[in-house]
Amino acid sequence: MNWGVFLEESPTGDGPYWKLALDGAKWTVLVSLGGWAIALLVGSLIGILRTVPNKLLVWLGDAYVELFRNIPLLVQLFLWFFVLPEVLPEAVGRWLKQDLPYPELTTAIIGLGLFTAARVAVQVSAGIKSLPRGQAAAGLALGFTRTEVYLKILLPQAFRIIIPPLTSEFMSIFKNSSVALGIGLTELVFQMRQMVEYSSVVIETIAVYTLIYIALALIVNRFMAWLERAVRIPGLIAGGGK
Amino acid sequence: MRVTPKLLSTLVLAAFIAQPTLAEELTGTLKKIKDSGRIVVGVRDASQPFSYLLNDKQYVGYSVDLCNKVVDSVKKQLKLSALSVIYQPVTSQTRIPLMQNGTIDLECGSTTNSMERQKQVAFGNNMFWVNVRMAVKANSGIKGLADLNGKPVVTTTGTTSDRYIKQHEVGSKIDVKNLYGKDHDESFLMLETDRAAAFVMDDTLLAAKIANSRNPADFAIVGEILSGEPYGIMLRKDDPQFKKAVDDALNAVYKSKEIYNLYAKWFQSPIPPKGLNLRMPMSDKLKALFDNPNDKGA
Repeated sequence: MNWGVFLEESPTGDGPYWKLALDGAKWTVLVSLGGWAIALLVGSLIGILRTVPNKLLVWLGDAYVELFRNIPLLVQLFLWFFVLPEVLPEAVGRWLKQDLPYPELTTAIIGLGLFTAARVAVQVSAGIKSLPRGQAAAGLALGFTRTEVYLKILLPQAFRIIIPPLTSEFMSIFKNSSVALGIGLTELVFQMRQMVEYSSVVIETIAVYTLIYIALALIVNRFMAWLERAVRIPGLIAGGGK
Repeated sequence: MRVTPKLLSTLVLAAFIAQPTLAEELTGTLKKIKDSGRIVVGVRDASQPFSYLLNDKQYVGYSVDLCNKVVDSVKKQLKLSALSVIYQPVTSQTRIPLMQNGTIDLECGSTTNSMERQKQVAFGNNMFWVNVRMAVKANSGIKGLADLNGKPVVTTTGTTSDRYIKQHEVGSKIDVKNLYGKDHDESFLMLETDRAAAFVMDDTLLAAKIANSRNPADFAIVGEILSGEPYGIMLRKDDPQFKKAVDDALNAVYKSKEIYNLYAKWFQSPIPPKGLNLRMPMSDKLKALFDNPNDKGA
């Protein structure tokens, strides 16, 4: 075993190997948090759409979920990065390819965000549907508009209920972010491959990068557990179980 | 029967004449091959023209041909009537661990023989020499490093074009934006779709990618040689007996006309499956390697 290899200078010109890992972690965290922000926003909207009385809107929400859930993530990123610029008008395509700032990062954040949004949407709508129907009816009877019913009654309760499955999704987005390697983002798996290729020290490299992923997932897990306790309301079903 | 000194000496002599090679006890990989009657050869699925899969059933290529010569020679040396050869596909990531844990006995791909790798594995005498250069769109007007200033340049994970460029005299004065493909296909796609102005890689790989593209005439390999590296056949470390067997077999091919036929077959003639011709003349560097075989790493 050769754990000291992490202190050795890498031949990439970017400093010692541990610095490559740190750099990879930076991109992994950036793309995961960025993607998660989009996933929460878009996923909540689509999730709500799937519960409204309007059939067309429900259909649109369902279509989004089916489309984004049934195409492999790597293929989706590939479509955004390589195919989209070719099918758009030439000027737009050229802008995407040559002028978009941080093209790999931006594409990865949007691609990962929209993919995860489909999964968040299912949970948001499931959370809303799990509430007793009387809740919405009572709100409407009291004179709330439908928007107010969602914002003040349904969503605050639904989001508390779905914190555990959202935790899984939040952890997944860190792991899924590794596919951004496919469009050239120098995230953790990229740096791991680079280190394996240059140092030929395989087992130790993979072991350490695995630990980095576990650490990231554990941080997310603990944060969400804290959030669940912090927002719980004693007596409601989303009481956190304690 | 009385054992007379004369009979004894005759017996000893007979034993020596009959089995000269067994005078030395077999160890390591040779012993493993002799005992099991099989040799496992690591091959690549898509490293044209070194090692690749044809019609989903046959591994072919320059390296595979060389390895088959080694296998024949080992079979002869061990006096085996039958030796089953198992082709085990490997990737850039799996080849070293699979060699170390004993899954494969020889690796016949496109593996650079480097000093770093020699800490983990051994190499047979170098079998090829590649030069790192760049492929560009033929109409881009890029002729050399100096034209790359401010442009995006792609390379494949595990190699760093930036490092090669900066090490070059011209390179210190220019600034490039690095892009990375997860494999050579993706890197080439970035060049093809104009995301990158140049693809920096081993010249043989570039020639193969260009020959395989839709319009080979759209691309050109240009500019300075950024670096040069030998390719080797990988073996397990600390196995001098097997290493000698492999080197002897390779040297015999290198010293004869055979290697020139083999080179012409893969680099200067149409190769399957599409009948593409890479049209790469043999470099002086490679000729020198065949004249004076060695296993020096880069």
